[in-house]
Amino acid sequence: MNINATLFGQLIAFIVFVWFCKSYVWPPLMAAIEERQKKIADGLAASDRAEKDLELAQAKASEQLKEAKAQAAEIIEQAKKRGNQLVDEETQRGHAEREKIITQGYAEIEAERNRAKEELRKQVAALAVAGAQQILEREIDASAQSDIVEKLVAEL
Amino acid sequence: MASEYTTSEYIKHHLTNASMCSTDNGIAFNAECADAGFWVWHIDTLGWSITLGLLFLFLFRSAAKKATTGVPSKWQAFVELVIEFVDDNVKSTFHGKSDLIAPLALTIFVWVLLMNLMDLVPVDVIPMIAGAIGETFFGMDPHDVYIKAVPTTDLNLTAALALGVFVLIVFYSIKIKGVSGFTKELTMQPFGHWVFIPANFILETVTLLARPLSLALRLFGNLYASELIFILIATVGYFQLPLHFAWAVFHILVLPLQAFIFMMLTIVYLSLASEDH
Repeated sequence: MNINATLFGQLIAFIVFVWFCKSYVWPPLMAAIEERQKKIADGLAASDRAEKDLELAQAKASEQLKEAKAQAAEIIEQAKKRGNQLVDEETQRGHAEREKIITQGYAEIEAERNRAKEELRKQVAALAVAGAQQILEREIDASAQSDIVEKLVAEL
Repeated sequence: MASEYTTSEYIKHHLTNASMCSTDNGIAFNAECADAGFWVWHIDTLGWSITLGLLFLFLFRSAAKKATTGVPSKWQAFVELVIEFVDDNVKSTFHGKSDLIAPLALTIFVWVLLMNLMDLVPVDVIPMIAGAIGETFFGMDPHDVYIKAVPTTDLNLTAALALGVFVLIVFYSIKIKGVSGFTKELTMQPFGHWVFIPANFILETVTLLARPLSLALRLFGNLYASELIFILIATVGYFQLPLHFAWAVFHILVLPLQAFIFMMLTIVYLSLASEDH
């Protein structure tokens, strides 16, 4: 329990240990710790940034989706309108065509009827003349009384 | 405990250091060194403390060599835990810039803790092994083989640590405040008048010297007392088992605490020394 030379031995050992620790133990470990702290801080910052980026991208994506939907709706609307228009146009054209065909038909029928009427009239005139010839026999010259016949035909 | 001892012989045997000195007839041990005066070496204290110090440096150096900034190994994680613990304490107390204080604190803490933990080795184990080795290989009487396995129960060791800290206190005082500042601190406080210079000098010198003295005596006293109680408990027969257990459990708290106090006070003293008033 008395103080003796051991004191110096221990003092030297103490100094050597502290020197060794200061030179070879503390700096690499502290450097590793600080480096890792920096890495973790960087990683956290990066993850924050990534989160923000993701949020931004999601917002952008949903906006684009909305836009696309709106565009699609507009296109469908236009297509419907165009379809309706086409149907209307076709219907109208069909009507017009029908009208034309009907009118043409009427006109043709009219012309045919007129022609038939004319024919009929001529034949009736001829019949009348023939009838009158038969009634009057030779006394009546067909060419001499042709003006009367003409008048008759016109009256029919 | 060995039954051929009387109790007081047993206690005395356990509390005696193995000593070595050089005499006219060459190197001598133990009883032959009784009147060698100052030049006696406690080879057990030196051996255990240096072994434990080297163990500390080896273990921590192995972590430092493989230190990676990526995912640390388990051992590296543990070492970093200790280092951060010490570094936090240093940073919260010592505000100057020094790359010596933190490694100094780490060395003190871990080394003192390892030496203190030797206290938990059952008191008879190491002396019995040493006695058997002495008897078998050197033909010695086991009663003459002394070994004290807890280096911090040797005042020489705690005084050496405190002396190292004291030298650093003086060094930092002079480095930060200059010789004149340090002299002024010793002579012009607490009473700032030239009349009081002698009184101031006595007061401040006592304050200055009390620091290493209290460091050395606190650690020595605590560990010596706890070792003594372990030895006393070992003399009470079979009742020693629960008593040993209780005392050892208590020392799971005391031993790290003493190491921590030594480290913390070292930091505090050095930060006081390097602060300009």
